[in-house]
This record gives sequence, C-alpha cells and structure tokens, in this order.
Amino acid sequence: MSEITPDLVRHLGVLARIQLSDEEVARLTGQLDVIVDNIAKVSEVATADVLATSHPIPLQNVFRDDVPADVLTVEEVLQNAPEAADDRFRVTAILGEEQ
Amino acid sequence: MSAGDDIIRLTAADLASRLRAGEISSVEATRAHLDRIRDVDGDVHAFLHVNDQALEVAADIDRRRVAGEELGALAGVPLAIKDVLVTTDMPSTSGSRILEGYMSPYDATVVSRSRAAGLVPLGKTNMDEFAMGSSTEHSAYGPTRNPWDLDRIPGGSGGGSAAAVAAFEAPLALGSDTGGSIRQPAHVTGTVGMKPTYGGVSRYGAIALASSLDQVGPVTRTVLDAGLLHDVIGGHDPHDATSLEDVWPSFADAARDGATGDVLRGLRVGVIAELPDSGFQPGVSLRFRAALDAMAAQGAEIVEVSAPHFEYGVAAYYLILPAEASSNLAKFDSVRFGMRVIPHAGATVEEVMAATREAGFGDEVKRRVILGTYALSAGYYDAYYGSAQKVRTLIQSDFDAAFSQVDVLATPSAPTTAFRLGEKLDDPLQMYLNDVTTIPANLAGVPGISIPAGLAPEDGLPVGIQFLAPARQDARLYRVGAAVEALLVEEWGGPLLDRMPLQGGVA
Repeated sequence: MSEITPDLVRHLGVLARIQLSDEEVARLTGQLDVIVDNIAKVSEVATADVLATSHPIPLQNVFRDDVPADVLTVEEVLQNAPEAADDRFRVTAILGEEQ
Repeated sequence: MSAGDDIIRLTAADLASRLRAGEISSVEATRAHLDRIRDVDGDVHAFLHVNDQALEVAADIDRRRVAGEELGALAGVPLAIKDVLVTTDMPSTSGSRILEGYMSPYDATVVSRSRAAGLVPLGKTNMDEFAMGSSTEHSAYGPTRNPWDLDRIPGGSGGGSAAAVAAFEAPLALGSDTGGSIRQPAHVTGTVGMKPTYGGVSRYGAIALASSLDQVGPVTRTVLDAGLLHDVIGGHDPHDATSLEDVWPSFADAARDGATGDVLRGLRVGVIAELPDSGFQPGVSLRFRAALDAMAAQGAEIVEVSAPHFEYGVAAYYLILPAEASSNLAKFDSVRFGMRVIPHAGATVEEVMAATREAGFGDEVKRRVILGTYALSAGYYDAYYGSAQKVRTLIQSDFDAAFSQVDVLATPSAPTTAFRLGEKLDDPLQMYLNDVTTIPANLAGVPGISIPAGLAPEDGLPVGIQFLAPARQDARLYRVGAAVEALLVEEWGGPLLDRMPLQGGVA
C-alpha cells in the first residue's frame, strides 16, 4: 500500500500550516509511507461490532457556576505575545494584497 | 568524598528526615545538587535551565523550619521539573525552539503543589520536543546523555528528568508519560518511574501532547521516593476537567508497607503470553525472568494471561497521538506566544504561521503533525482515528480479562537497554516500537511503574521491570514495587545505581 505521494504531503503541509521544503517533502513522503502501512494494521481488528473508546476513564462534562474569579491580567496575557498594541495581540494582515 | 557527595547520594526520604532532624539545611542540600549540576551537566545535559533562585527558596524553607512552622514531608528537598510543565519563574519550552524563552503567567498544578509542599525547584529538564520521542534526541536544545554511558540515550521523552536523577543531580524529578516517557527512561537509567492512573494527577499546565494519553508522574531513585512525591502532586484539581475526584490513599505508606510486609506471598502476577521474547534483547528477558523467579521464591504466583490485542497498541497509538498532537499544537500560530517569523514584507497571517511553524518545529514534530493532519482529514477519520479508538476498547477488554485473573501484570519496561545516540534517529518506526510494552497502559488509562531489575550481562546497562494494575489501584503498584525493590536490592547488596561505572567523571 503506497498512497503517500509528494503532492499529498505538500497538501498536508498547507492544511497543517507548515511550509515544507522540497527536501522535507521527499523525506516525509518516504517516512510517512512506512508508518501508514504499519498503522493500517489496526483495521485488522477494528471491526464494525467494536465500540470506539475516546477516553480511557469514563468522564462526564464538568460544569461550574459562571462567576468572576481571579484571572490573568492583560499584562500577563500579553507578556509572551510576539507583538501587542493597545492591550491587544497584534497580527499580520489577514487578507492578501489581491483582496 | 565531601559532605556534598554524601548529600546527593541520599534518597529523598533520607534527605527529608535529616532536614527534619536539623542535621542538614535545605540550603546545604540545594547547594550540593547545584554543585553536582555544575560538575557533570556539561556531559549529561539533563537541564535546560537551572533555577537561579533555588538557594533563596531553600533559605526560606530553612527559616520557616527554624521558626517551628509545620512543613510537608518533603520540605526542603530539591526537585527537577520536566520542561513540559509550565513555571512562572523559569522559562518553559517543552524542548522546542518555537517556545524559546517563554515565561508562563501561571504554574502547572503539580508545580504549585510542589512549591506549597516546600520542595525546591532546581531547574527544568531536557526532553524530546513536545514530548515526541523515546531518546531525548529530538530536543531542539541538543540531546541528553545517559550517565551510565555517555554515548547512549537516556530514554525519552523524559530523558532529562531520568538522567538528572540517575546522575545524582536531583533526588526527585517530575515527568510526563504519554506512551512511556516516564517508564522507558527509568528503564534505561536504572531509576524508578511511575505513570499514575489517567486523571489521578492534574495535567493543568502540562503543555499538551495527546490529551487522552498524557499523564504527569514522579521520577525517582526509589519506590518510596516516588510515593512521597506522588502524595504531593496527586489528587483532584478543579482546573483539569479530566481530573478524578477520588480520595487517594497515601502512596508513601503503601510503599513502606510493601518494603516491610509480606505482600508477595499469594500475589498473582500475570505475564502476557503474546509478548514473546523475540524482539527483546536477551539480557532484558533474562533480568525480567530473574525478577519473576525472585518474586516466585517469596510466594508470588506467576500466571500466564492472554492479551491478544496488545500487539495492535503501537499501531493505534501512532494514529491517536499524532491526531491529538496536530490539534493541540495548532495553538502555536505565531499570534499569542512563541516565535513569529515574517517570511517577506506584506506576508499574510497564513504565510507567517506557515513560516513560523516551519522554523519553530523540529523534524519529528513536523512528521507527527503532518501524519495527524492526514489521519484526521476527510475520508480517513473513520478508517484511521476511529479504528484506533476501537483498538483502545479491545485493549481495555484485554486488561479487564487479565485483571480478573491476576493482581498485577508484569512486563519488561522496554525491549532493549539504552541504544546508542543516533542509532534509531533515521528509522522512526524502530524508535516507535521501543514503546511496545508501555503504550497499552496509556491507551487504557491504567497505572504503571518501572523499577530497576538489574543489568543486562551483554552490555552492563540497566533493565527495568514494569508492573501494571487496574485503574485507580496505584497504591497496589507502590506496595508491589517496593517489595520487589527490597528483594532485588538485598540480592545486589545495594542500590543498582551504586554499580554505575565511572563515565566521563559522572559517577
């Protein structure tokens, strides 16, 4: 089974927001293929009659009353921001020039 | 041998009792460990950051003790902290460039509980980037080396915590275990590593890798020390929605009970039929069998049990982990914290994110994020992620069936002793298979402990034996672990770490 192509890896890089060099695409194409072949193994036993378990210990939603409490200050929230202005995170342009 | 040499070789329990008795001050104990770090960490590289306020914290504990204040059982004892746990007074990077210099505005719950108990944070320990790896070679800040042999890996992802404890740079450390990252490093360094029941220790402030698998726990030199630290960090935390509300017994008491009582008589110990000797290094199998024989000689009953789905654990793990990791790591988007790379003037936020993540993530992180994106993408979700969750059900059923016949399961903690640095770096699959015996516990949420089982005759390197118990039965592992530890240490005539050869001036 070989379904990992360089084009697919490039596409996954776009979806994952990781710019990949040609060299990385080539390397990942080879390595992911080996891993994907191996993990296809799970379909051997994961038949329709088996229920999926998302979480190791059964849990319920945890709710609390929505009351104001101690929270981080604006300074603490922004202390690691690459760029901040006027008590907000500053981001780069969201729309490209063509828009 | 100086006084400092004596101090660093004390167990945390012994050090704590000498602190209580006023025979040693916390400043002396902390200074002895800082000196040790200065002397050997150039070779070992267990630490990414050493706490420059450690002596002040220690002095404060000493003052409070002199003033007659009631202090916790481990007050004044130094503690190393895996860099996956956020701290307000030291950088937290999770071994990644993308978080270089990150200062958290809050402490992880296990860190704040440790501080409240009077433990002295010594520094942050090295790890595979975002806890992805079994060798600590994937740290963006360079590998940690195994104090038993500096050419070998210290295990991963918590190699820094295990190496710090093994090299006597810290008596205690905190780790995290997603697929074995506490237990496998313990195995290759001759230390004790405990992965608690999922939800038994808060993960608030632990930088998430795979949230349904991650668990924080202790890394120590003895089972009792692990129990003492577990007592400090465990218990319900309202900040963590997956934190169990159970009231836990004292794990230190369980360890003391195990070391002195007759807990092995009649104990039913399960050995998994489907974990064959093939693929295991002969010396690992030999030490494992010898430990079982020693237990049997004390009255334990060794029972073969079947766990037919364990062999699918690694495959399921390497679908669930990348899927959850790709989602958890989406927050590293160059906006709120961490690195920002602007590839060219006028770049869009999307281009900035892609360039930042390219520059900030290492190869292994990219590999797993890409794989997780694939496993979660349209058309593959049911086949891969959904199927992996079904394997999880099957592995849980295997555990249930096994624990209906036995009290604990026993396995070697990893298939081989410490491999050489670089040996498996280009073969991710071989690296992943190193976690074959530890992963089922994370998939099912059950607790697991690795304790030293001796040295493999072919290379003289440490081997660990792992015990697994049903969920919430962590105390049983401390009882059994301490009993087996006492048995083996008596057989060896002293702790295994005393047999660490002189390596690069480390021992």
